[in-house]
Amino acid sequence: MSVDFKELTDQEYKYGFVTDIEQEIAPRGLNEDTIRLISSKKNEPDWLLEWRLKAYNHWCTMKEPRWQNVHYSPIDYQAISYYAAPKKKPNSIDEVDPELLKTYEKLGIPLNEREMLAGVAVDAVFDSVSLITTFKEKLAELGIIFCSISEAVQEHPDLVRKYLGFVVPHNDNFFAALNSAVFTDGSFVYVPKGVRCPMELSTYFRINAENTGQFERTLIIAEDGSYVSYLEGCTAPKRDENQLHAAVVELIAHNNATIKYSTIQNWYPGDKEGNGGIYNFVTKRGRCLGRDSHISWTQVETGSAITWKYPSCILEGDNSVGEFYSVAIVNNRQQADTGTKMIHVGKNTTSTIVSKGISAGFGQNTYRGLVQIHKNAEGARNYTQCDSLLIGDKCGAHTFPYIEVKNSSAQMEHEASTSKIGEDQIFYLKQRGLSAEDAVSMIVNGFCKKVLGELPFEFAVEAERLLSVSLEGSVG
Amino acid sequence: MDTIVMQSKESYLEGFERFEKGSLINDPTWLRSIRRAGISRFFELGFPTIQDEDWRFTNVGPITRTPFKLAENGHEKLDSKELERYTFSGLECTRLVFLNGQYSPSLSSIRFSVDGLKLGSLSRALTVEGDVLDEHLAQYADFQRDAFLALNTAFLKDGAFIYIPNGAVLKEPIYILYISSSASSPTITHPRNLIVLEDNSQATIIEDYISLGEDVYFSNSISEVVVGENSVLSHYMIERESKKAFNVSTIRFQQSRSSNVTLHSVLLGGALVRSNVHPVMAGEGSECMINGLFMPTGRQHMDNYMRVEHASPHCDSRQLYKGILDGRSHGVFHGRIIVHKDAQKTDAKQTNKNLLLSDEAQIDTKPQLEIYADDVKCTHGATIGQIDRNAIFYLRSRGIDEGTSRVLLLLAFASESLERMKVEPIRKGLEGIVTDRFAQGKHLESVL
Amino acid sequence: MVKKPMLEIKNLHVKVNDQEILNGVDLKVNAGEVHSIMGPNGSGKSTLAQVLAGRDTYEITEGEIIYQGKNLMEIKPEERACMGIFMAFQYPVEILGVTNTYLMRTALNAQRKFRGLEPLKPVEFAKLLKERGKIVHMSDDLLQRSVNEGFSGGEKKRNEIFQMAVLEPTLGILDETDSGLDIDALQIVAKGVNALRNKERAFIVITHYQRLLSYIVPDYVHVLVDGRIVKSGGKELALELESKGYSWLEEESRTAVPVNA
Repeated sequence: MSVDFKELTDQEYKYGFVTDIEQEIAPRGLNEDTIRLISSKKNEPDWLLEWRLKAYNHWCTMKEPRWQNVHYSPIDYQAISYYAAPKKKPNSIDEVDPELLKTYEKLGIPLNEREMLAGVAVDAVFDSVSLITTFKEKLAELGIIFCSISEAVQEHPDLVRKYLGFVVPHNDNFFAALNSAVFTDGSFVYVPKGVRCPMELSTYFRINAENTGQFERTLIIAEDGSYVSYLEGCTAPKRDENQLHAAVVELIAHNNATIKYSTIQNWYPGDKEGNGGIYNFVTKRGRCLGRDSHISWTQVETGSAITWKYPSCILEGDNSVGEFYSVAIVNNRQQADTGTKMIHVGKNTTSTIVSKGISAGFGQNTYRGLVQIHKNAEGARNYTQCDSLLIGDKCGAHTFPYIEVKNSSAQMEHEASTSKIGEDQIFYLKQRGLSAEDAVSMIVNGFCKKVLGELPFEFAVEAERLLSVSLEGSVG
Repeated sequence: MDTIVMQSKESYLEGFERFEKGSLINDPTWLRSIRRAGISRFFELGFPTIQDEDWRFTNVGPITRTPFKLAENGHEKLDSKELERYTFSGLECTRLVFLNGQYSPSLSSIRFSVDGLKLGSLSRALTVEGDVLDEHLAQYADFQRDAFLALNTAFLKDGAFIYIPNGAVLKEPIYILYISSSASSPTITHPRNLIVLEDNSQATIIEDYISLGEDVYFSNSISEVVVGENSVLSHYMIERESKKAFNVSTIRFQQSRSSNVTLHSVLLGGALVRSNVHPVMAGEGSECMINGLFMPTGRQHMDNYMRVEHASPHCDSRQLYKGILDGRSHGVFHGRIIVHKDAQKTDAKQTNKNLLLSDEAQIDTKPQLEIYADDVKCTHGATIGQIDRNAIFYLRSRGIDEGTSRVLLLLAFASESLERMKVEPIRKGLEGIVTDRFAQGKHLESVL
Repeated sequence: MVKKPMLEIKNLHVKVNDQEILNGVDLKVNAGEVHSIMGPNGSGKSTLAQVLAGRDTYEITEGEIIYQGKNLMEIKPEERACMGIFMAFQYPVEILGVTNTYLMRTALNAQRKFRGLEPLKPVEFAKLLKERGKIVHMSDDLLQRSVNEGFSGGEKKRNEIFQMAVLEPTLGILDETDSGLDIDALQIVAKGVNALRNKERAFIVITHYQRLLSYIVPDYVHVLVDGRIVKSGGKELALELESKGYSWLEEESRTAVPVNA
């Protein structure tokens, strides 16, 4: 049977432009001096420098992991520059370089508060530094701290010292250790007791400089009875070389607190032949420390040459809830190995995993998930649903669910499916009068509906559009 | 004539020789050779052990250790009136009754509602329906793979024979009732059913296995069911024998193009029960739905073994099994789906949900997908859980006592399966049995 | 005055993977008529339906299809749909996460746009859906579920007829809609089709079995064997086929070739 997967359009990666701006870039290479340089640029206290050096020294003893189901040529860690920042650091929106404002406007993220989406506060991170955080004052009135982590180190050192590495220790894994040594910026969120954050908090990460890596660190703390919804978005220019993005995100939810963390990841995926693109190696983890605490990860992964991440929940508090909703799309030569870990420690803990993988072109998509029920985790429940959609016959979908149950009262539910979108579905919709473009978009969005429904409303529409764009050229 | 007591492989062989001598002199030659092939394959295979992957969770030791005699002729005195105690009330049907594996004309009642319909005992059909038998008997249930199938084939003698002609739509179900008892020492029977639906026909068939007393016996049955093109079959398999009975059954469906089979499997009785369900969707566009409910308690062991074969494109299969396990019982769900190379566009779904009511009850659930085609959709899901304590508390807070709350929740769990059964007297009857089981003597009418 | 047929198929030859499936089909269908196409498995019945709907896996090597005076050859499947051609699929496709209702609204409005009409107002659409749902006993549940997902075979077929009732095509093509249905479902499907029969609308009912035609009584019956229509007649031809099978026609069609069966 001849399947005619004709190319619809060849839409290029939309965010592949470069911003021409004067930047300060550290010399390439990594050693203790690099770390001292970063630390001094940021005017950090001694304890933080020591922590970084401890991480670096540990990193030197570690080997880059190879167990994941992705393939790439070795990374030369000495060829990367670990710090890049625009020369002029602004104090307010009026001082931001107009070039940068234009950049964010092009990305669809106006930083001017008047023009912004109502109800969304933004922290804009450009290469290694946070440019500006909007709505800070308004949030501060409620006691909510939303700023860059560099600023938090200066302004709220006790909180940072208490929680940095609290979820992901400096020696956790190869890339987390590297991040701990060289992280430059990222967001910091603190929601005090009993406060419901009235707006979506979001960070836009942008890699601009050449031969740099981005190593951001995000830390979100929700005190008892608080609620916060946070979203990150990511883009990068088109470059022929691969760039490394090794972030660490730590979430801490106390009693009855809820953190919703959403990601729309659209790093540059490389070209059709697989040249260039971001290596997105990220450690994301949350601790549900308190009773009835709740952490929910939602991710839409459409970009990056390689995505390798497992946003996880450690469910320590009784009745705590962990959720993971994921859409991962690979097209052309992209690879993704992603999933989650749900560690049930407390009693009556519940976790939900919904993973939707879409593979097109020569893309390889792997779901890898661990559900672990500890011995004393009475009454734990897990629901896992894992669906793969294949477009064309050169791509692959792989599923590795790991389940470890040490308490017999656990209730586990697992569903998995693999299906092919093809001619049949598209022809069916065309026969009902829909165009090929609408048919593909309808099928893909339908497949991802359960995940997209978890995104904050403002971003769901953007995500839907992104899905269709990511798959353009793969079906006809 | 004394009967041979069978226990070891050798004694089964001896028993076979005696059986063969004693069987009717005018049995056709082909039948004799099938039986011989059966016994020799059984002798080669021997009874399975837990080292066999297909028997990993079921130890047939209780069967192999028990010495059995072939069941005598059905000498039980039972009249139609008494029979009503065992059947489903309000079920308007054609009825085929077998006592200890042998057809009982006096208890059966047959209505030939359409032209060309053939109904009766296999033993009679063996002599008069040569053509149909030659084409179908022992053509589907593959005794090369399984010792119990081989044993049944060796001792093949009686069972139900049903032939539904092209285009016939039967309004009333056909009810096949196997009644067993063994007066003095354990007996063994080998019921063998052959059911043929010709193209464009439609029927409902009910297999029901019951005991008269609390005797030890072994029923080792096979149903070969041939479903012609565009035919629709609703098939029930009800196991409600005594808690001392052994029952191994195999239902083998052979499905042609655009055929549609629904099997409702309900396991309630028996000490050790193994239910093999083996549909082969040989024709394009066929559909098979298996709806299972099993409820072991005490020390009962119930093993549901599925082998769902997709051998043609565009076929849909569903396996929906629910288990409620109590006491020190052991349940097994082994769901094997085989998608052959050419079976593109297969859509197979399997779910097995279980409730464990006690700490000693055990369930092994094993999905097994073997997929040789590349454009298929296969889904499987399994859950094991306890009765929801929060739900019980919720009901109690509304004034319902704990016992009743429990029964309500269990019925709700089972009802998903029961509600799929379209023959109302059967569904009602089973609901009653299930309710009684949960209520353990309590009367619930006041709340239900 | 000679009436122009709604559909005219002339000497249609179709290949798949270099194998000729249709070799010279001629057929005229007028508005208001119901044509049944019968034939043994593999005779090309479904191919004909797919080609009419515009599936591009089939290669048309010769002949033409004229619908409402237009040659369909260069017309895309979605445009054919908008021009009023509807095919009830033999194997309806599942689409996860897309409700029947959403699909119908999108499709109906796409077709209305093509015809220069405004999208239907939500209230009117809801009314239409409810009304058409009754024809084939579609429950609200089936309307709100993902398209064909988890539907039984019978429900899928009913859904096809329901969609046809919503989209109100000019030419309805039923590709083995009766296969695998029990007698009750068959009657519901037939009732749905009969409710849609009128002077302006034509149907091509493709079936392998005569049974459906007891409920949807055709004006004409054509027998397709080896990719050609070898016999045409009235509804009584279906009964003749029922009693005699297809083999006599298969032999007739192969008279030039020795038969080894």
